[in-house]
Amino acid sequence: MEKKPTALLVLDIVSLILLAASTYFALVFAPTEAVMGAVQRVFYFHVATAWVGMLGFIAAGVSGIVYLRTQNTKWDIIEFAAVEISLVFFFIAILLGSIWARPIWNTWWTWDPRLTTAAVTELIYIAYFMLRQGLEDPDRRARFGAVYTLVGAVSVPITFMAIRLFRTIHPVVIGNGDPNASGGFSMSGDMKVAFFFALFAFTVIFIDLFWNRIRLGRLQEKVEQLKLNISQ
Amino acid sequence: MTLQTSTTRQPIQSNFGKAVWAVVQKDLSAELRSRELLSAMLVFSLLVILIFNFALELDIQTRRSVTAGVLWATFAFAGTLGLNRSMAIEKDRGCLDGLLLTPVDRSAIYFGKVISNFAFMLIVEAFILPIYSVLYAINLFQPGLLLVILLGSIGYTAVGTLLSAMSVQTRTRDVMLPILLFPVVIPILIAAVKASGGYLTGAEFSEIAPWLNLLVVYDVIFTSLAFMVFDYVVEE
Repeated sequence: MEKKPTALLVLDIVSLILLAASTYFALVFAPTEAVMGAVQRVFYFHVATAWVGMLGFIAAGVSGIVYLRTQNTKWDIIEFAAVEISLVFFFIAILLGSIWARPIWNTWWTWDPRLTTAAVTELIYIAYFMLRQGLEDPDRRARFGAVYTLVGAVSVPITFMAIRLFRTIHPVVIGNGDPNASGGFSMSGDMKVAFFFALFAFTVIFIDLFWNRIRLGRLQEKVEQLKLNISQ
Repeated sequence: MTLQTSTTRQPIQSNFGKAVWAVVQKDLSAELRSRELLSAMLVFSLLVILIFNFALELDIQTRRSVTAGVLWATFAFAGTLGLNRSMAIEKDRGCLDGLLLTPVDRSAIYFGKVISNFAFMLIVEAFILPIYSVLYAINLFQPGLLLVILLGSIGYTAVGTLLSAMSVQTRTRDVMLPILLFPVVIPILIAAVKASGGYLTGAEFSEIAPWLNLLVVYDVIFTSLAFMVFDYVVEE
């Protein structure tokens, strides 16, 4: 078996340390928000996980295009890894958002552009996995997967714009906030530290997971190849 | 030189048009003989309306606000039925392989299928609109609403034809199409419901215009995207 690269091992450990540090920053270091109280601390991980979901979403779309251009299986593995990570992290972001929304918006869920778009993205990902599962020929599976990620990558932003034509209540903490948003706040210095640290930590975690997952995909492919060789 | 390029380009263009038309003609005449697709879509849409009637208690007050939603849900459901069947016929009898063997551009096959699917959808809509109008005493024959239906159906069939070409090749093909299609046509459904609702309640054009724009944008983007990737979907 291939040995795990040392750089990846180091990155694993760094990610764990960063996750722990980020938890400390979010839960202890950052000051408690005056109006919302402790529940606002969810925000640091909520934005960071949504950010990772976005990174995965973009990575999947790009590798889908590259796969169709090059027909190289490597890009199919990358695309699959990106979709998987994005699926999990968007799901965590939605859950964390719900925990925050219950006391602040007085509801677990609302059909706001961001929430709906995240949910639709999750549905597209699930459809993506079901599509792949229904195809046996690896070549066709890769092609259809790439086409569907591409269709999804184009439709999700349009969905966002479509729902945005309604009014939104989701707060925008960075940049100009919509006056209709509810639950917005401005970050103090220590909050900013915790926030940007969480973003940084989760970006590293994303790279680490992505790398691990791509490696796993490669090994999976190798196993399949070996199995094929034996049966022949 | 210019003469030469124009003479060499001319036959290709007309060939493309001919190939598209041949696919459309084939689908329409096959449907004219069997009528299995259209009748299934029609009966199904009537059943959907029936279900909505009791699920939503379509009395006069609610009717006004939900008509657009009921119509589009009906079209979307009936549409998947037609798209699925239209591609399954090709796959089952090996017609798709035959089509792929013909020396024409693959996109001609795509556009041919889109046009015939679009025609089926329009025919079903042409039946549903008067029936709905009579059942609920509401006039659906407004030019604005017809335009929305036209724009919405174009986008729906453009994506639907591409995705149905993928879904018929999967193991779970009967259930795959709606799962693949609905999450990506949500912008169409939102915009179409909003625009139709606007026309039905007599809203200002400035309120409806953004939704119409969105429909046009979606139609253009997805028709070109599907045109670009269709090759990868039918490739053996």
